[in-house]
Amino acid sequence: MSSLASDQAWTLSSSIGLRPEPFGALAYHFESRRLVFLKTKDLVDLVRSLADHPTLDDALDAAGLDGRRRTSHLTALASLADAGVIELRSPIPAEATP
Amino acid sequence: MTTRTPPLTEQLKRGLDAPICLTWELTYACNLDCLHCLSASGRRDPNELSTEECLAVIDELNRLQVFYVNIGGGEPMIRRDFHTIVDHAIANHVGVKFSTNGTFLDKEAAKRFASMDMLDIQISLDGFDAGTNDALRGEGSWAAARQAMDNLAAADFGEFKISIVATRHNVSQLDDYKKMADDYGAQLRLTRLRPSGRGVDSYQDLRLSHQQQRDVYHWIMDRPDVLTGDSFFHLNALGESLPGLNMCGAGRIVCLIDPVGDVYACPFVIHDEFKAGNVRDAGGFTGVWQNSERFLELREPESGGACASCGSFDACGGGCMASKFFTGLPLDGPDPDCVWGHADDALAAVDGSAIPRMTSDHSKPGARTDASVPVLLTTKRP
Repeated sequence: MSSLASDQAWTLSSSIGLRPEPFGALAYHFESRRLVFLKTKDLVDLVRSLADHPTLDDALDAAGLDGRRRTSHLTALASLADAGVIELRSPIPAEATP
Repeated sequence: MTTRTPPLTEQLKRGLDAPICLTWELTYACNLDCLHCLSASGRRDPNELSTEECLAVIDELNRLQVFYVNIGGGEPMIRRDFHTIVDHAIANHVGVKFSTNGTFLDKEAAKRFASMDMLDIQISLDGFDAGTNDALRGEGSWAAARQAMDNLAAADFGEFKISIVATRHNVSQLDDYKKMADDYGAQLRLTRLRPSGRGVDSYQDLRLSHQQQRDVYHWIMDRPDVLTGDSFFHLNALGESLPGLNMCGAGRIVCLIDPVGDVYACPFVIHDEFKAGNVRDAGGFTGVWQNSERFLELREPESGGACASCGSFDACGGGCMASKFFTGLPLDGPDPDCVWGHADDALAAVDGSAIPRMTSDHSKPGARTDASVPVLLTTKRP
């Protein structure tokens, strides 16, 4: 499992279908055809929020995840990155924002 | 910190608001006459869903966020509106995996499929060589499947799947199959044989021996890149669990829509006992999935029955419901292929006339029930 560049900008992959479920969410990768379970709602919220933050660390801070919870979420995110559920995004240059 | 939640599989056993995926047999028509056909296909049913009805089912699956459908049959490519249905599914974000015997997958079709996203193809082949395969699937079926694979490879389709049902006669060829898949750049998928459809009659001749089951378990364990569709979870009694959810998803996370729109708990239980409703009912597929009494029963906690005192029950869950049902065994007892042989005595004592027969048989008149009768492959659409 790769370790995550938490100082980089991440996002939910555009190839992913995310379906809310009582346990969290189901994620389906339409290209690799892999099905992935997101086992908590916190993780789902975090994944959805990635695109709103300049770095992964900022997203974790905004979600109030620290200590052991931060570590466990980083582990979960690393496996989501391996499965292609989340991916690095290029930062949007400030001047390109309308 | 957080409240303790039950393990994921426990939650999945209680059912989801929509299936994760489902099998959709588009037609009972088939040019082949396989001995173990799980849907006892052959003849088209005149009550088959129309094109419009199929497209409406897809719209519903899209609303339910069902990620993909496993399309099969019969031979699904026999339907003249096959491409219309597949195109509509993909355009509506419902991915398609379809299973075919390959007869109609010519160069032109291969090119078309290669240009599409969200499409996965499984070619069925039940013997590495023509002799082994054709004894089960009919003369000429091996050549047709290999031609289809060649066509997909030539069209640069990418990673298609080669799908094998493990039988007593082909398990010795697993390494050959793996090499074939690797040579094509394809993925191998190995599925458990069930006594469903015409398999009720051929099961005893085709099922794996206990030793072969053990060999298959280790073979799969050593090859995590081989797909199994989670179908061998009864083998988990042998040790470490195989990759996958390892639970019976029937009516809980998967189901079957048959060609006339009947909804069953899984592809292996086409029988009134497991019919939940029809997509033509007032509430559509959604109503059947969410409200049918049959499905709600399947989502109730299960009793271990005769298996409850066995140390392996947590690992194998008592095995496959369909396999028990169509061998005349109680649903809360051991699987007929229980690796410890716990079903052997009960199986030997079953009165053959008490074994349930499929309630929707579409076999062609005079369909084979044993491998000694050769059948010629027809390449004309019935």
